[in-house]
Amino acid sequence: MSIWEYANPVKFMRTSGAILPWVVAGAAVCTLTGLVWGFLTPDDFRQGSTVKIVFLHVPAAMMAINIWVMMLVASLIWLIRRHHVSALAAKAAAPIGAVMTLIGLITGAVWGQPMWGTWWEWDPRLTSFLILFLFYIGYIALWSAVEDPDSAADLTGVLCLVGSVFALLSRYAVFFWNQGLHQGASLSVQPGERMSAVYRYPLYLTMLGFGLLFLALLLIRTRTEIRRRRLAALQAREMRA
Amino acid sequence: MIALLRRDLALAVRAGGGFGLGVAFFLILCALVPFGVGPDTAALQPIAAGILWLGALLACLLSLDRIFALDHEDGSLDLLATSPLPLEGAVAVKAMAHWITTGLPLIVVAPLFGILLHLPPAAIPALLGSLLLGTPALSMLGAFGAAVTVGLRRGGLLLSLLVLPLYIPTLIFGTEMIRRGQEGGDMGPPLLFLAGITAGVLAVIPFAAAAALRVNLR
Amino acid sequence: MSLLAVHDLAVARGGLRTVEGVSFTIDAGQALILRGPNGIGKTTLLRTVAGLQPAVTGRIEMPEDAVAYAAHADGLKGALTVSENLGFWEKVFGGGDIDRALSAMDLTPLADRPAAALSAGQKRRLGLARLVVSRRPLWILDEPTVSLDAASVLRFADMVREHLAQGGAALIATHIDLGLDAQVLDLTPFRAKPAPATRPAGFNEAFA
Repeated sequence: MSIWEYANPVKFMRTSGAILPWVVAGAAVCTLTGLVWGFLTPDDFRQGSTVKIVFLHVPAAMMAINIWVMMLVASLIWLIRRHHVSALAAKAAAPIGAVMTLIGLITGAVWGQPMWGTWWEWDPRLTSFLILFLFYIGYIALWSAVEDPDSAADLTGVLCLVGSVFALLSRYAVFFWNQGLHQGASLSVQPGERMSAVYRYPLYLTMLGFGLLFLALLLIRTRTEIRRRRLAALQAREMRA
Repeated sequence: MIALLRRDLALAVRAGGGFGLGVAFFLILCALVPFGVGPDTAALQPIAAGILWLGALLACLLSLDRIFALDHEDGSLDLLATSPLPLEGAVAVKAMAHWITTGLPLIVVAPLFGILLHLPPAAIPALLGSLLLGTPALSMLGAFGAAVTVGLRRGGLLLSLLVLPLYIPTLIFGTEMIRRGQEGGDMGPPLLFLAGITAGVLAVIPFAAAAALRVNLR
Repeated sequence: MSLLAVHDLAVARGGLRTVEGVSFTIDAGQALILRGPNGIGKTTLLRTVAGLQPAVTGRIEMPEDAVAYAAHADGLKGALTVSENLGFWEKVFGGGDIDRALSAMDLTPLADRPAAALSAGQKRRLGLARLVVSRRPLWILDEPTVSLDAASVLRFADMVREHLAQGGAALIATHIDLGLDAQVLDLTPFRAKPAPATRPAGFNEAFA
């Protein structure tokens, strides 16, 4: 029994169909509970009630980066092992990642307005998220521009590899370019936590919820892509016959 | 490889506009900026470095789609791929021909246009140095974008969308180097970053671009 | 000595196999003509053998750097003259005889014309003259006689015959009888059957 068995479309469809309802339920429970719990937490003594946007902002920002990493891994699996489901999963993940990045940017702007007195600041973190968004757009545009699905998978795979290096490079370049206003990481594994437990636990819950939400959306979208490919394949065969 | 370089240069010269168009575009851009922001030295001087770099970047972008598209249309690319020349080498040579026809003329005229934008003379060496170090990376990354989009019918717009984000690090360190040169700061760190990025790009990107070309030739 | 050996080859276009189970060998001095209806996959097969696209299954054996490929597009640059066009490929392939190539396709009087001024048939002749310059033993030709007049077809057949006599080989997809002493392979029986494949050729087979 190897993990690669799930790269078989039939097996993937069966397994993902079975676990999908549970993932959806888990995502709904975790996200909603986490958000409601987060909303009921007391106001921060310094940031007031605006701090509560953290329960949307941080999970979305985290997922924005994690989804790109997942796309990178899926692209590598496609380029090396030629598993078609992997390429479709990378394709399916990209719009979700782009939306997560957008949520991170918008909630950041809404949070930044009362805190820093401006909707937008060319702060390194904000800027690197904007750059990440550009990379998502380029990736999605390339997928939709190439007609042959095999070429599209190969080209986007190579773009994802090169893009990853340059997204990382841009991040460091941006830090060099402008030191920012943004607070440091909200969560830290180092001792001397910067965030009290009151906020931490609901935040963990929403992060888990967003992770599950991504998984649910990813499965749904990948299943749709597989069905679409199957339809195209049947049509191509009919044309040939 | 030298034969390919000479052919591409000969084609650029004979097809007309190979050398001139980019520079003309650069000139127009530098001439339009004062109309937008006002003619005062106080307004122009702080943004001169940025305008010059952006102008170089856009002028470079203009001719990118020609790197492989013409050879793809007339079948030369198929023939090159079956020739003894490694495709990676062909990519590198074509990027170099692009740099010689667009990057190099831009560098030559950049100090002149710097004067138009009231760039202080002290910053001219930094301007030249940053362009000289940075523009080869622009051509090579552009060749990668051109390789990815070569078979597409509406590749031009997509090409800009793919390539411009890749230009961000080079742009940042390039303008930072001029800014420091202008203010008499330490140019070392941005210079090293710029050189490092260009060296890395020149070493690695030909392989990615050749891989993309092979996919598009299938 | 065989210049090209193909074993149980399957090739694909648009993620679907076109022909499968194709095997043949071409020895030095031999030519093989491919035939078959439009769309069966002659061009795909030639491109696969030339190394421009990967085979789905099967093996292709040939000496390294043996192939000179010529297809519908001649790869000519209109801004360069006829002899400059040939001169470029001569340098890329490392030294062939341009004058011999020019005379083989009767292009000597046109040597200094820009390629843009040539007619379609003259361009085709220039594209074929490149084969001589390449000095590669195995010619892979896809419909080489398109837009050639009767005299030029004869001339081209002579050129191929001379190439074979010098120990070369050729794999040609054509519908015209070139008058060559060559084997003929009809691809029709090898048309791929739509059966579940253990190794899908692409998305269209992986999900069918």
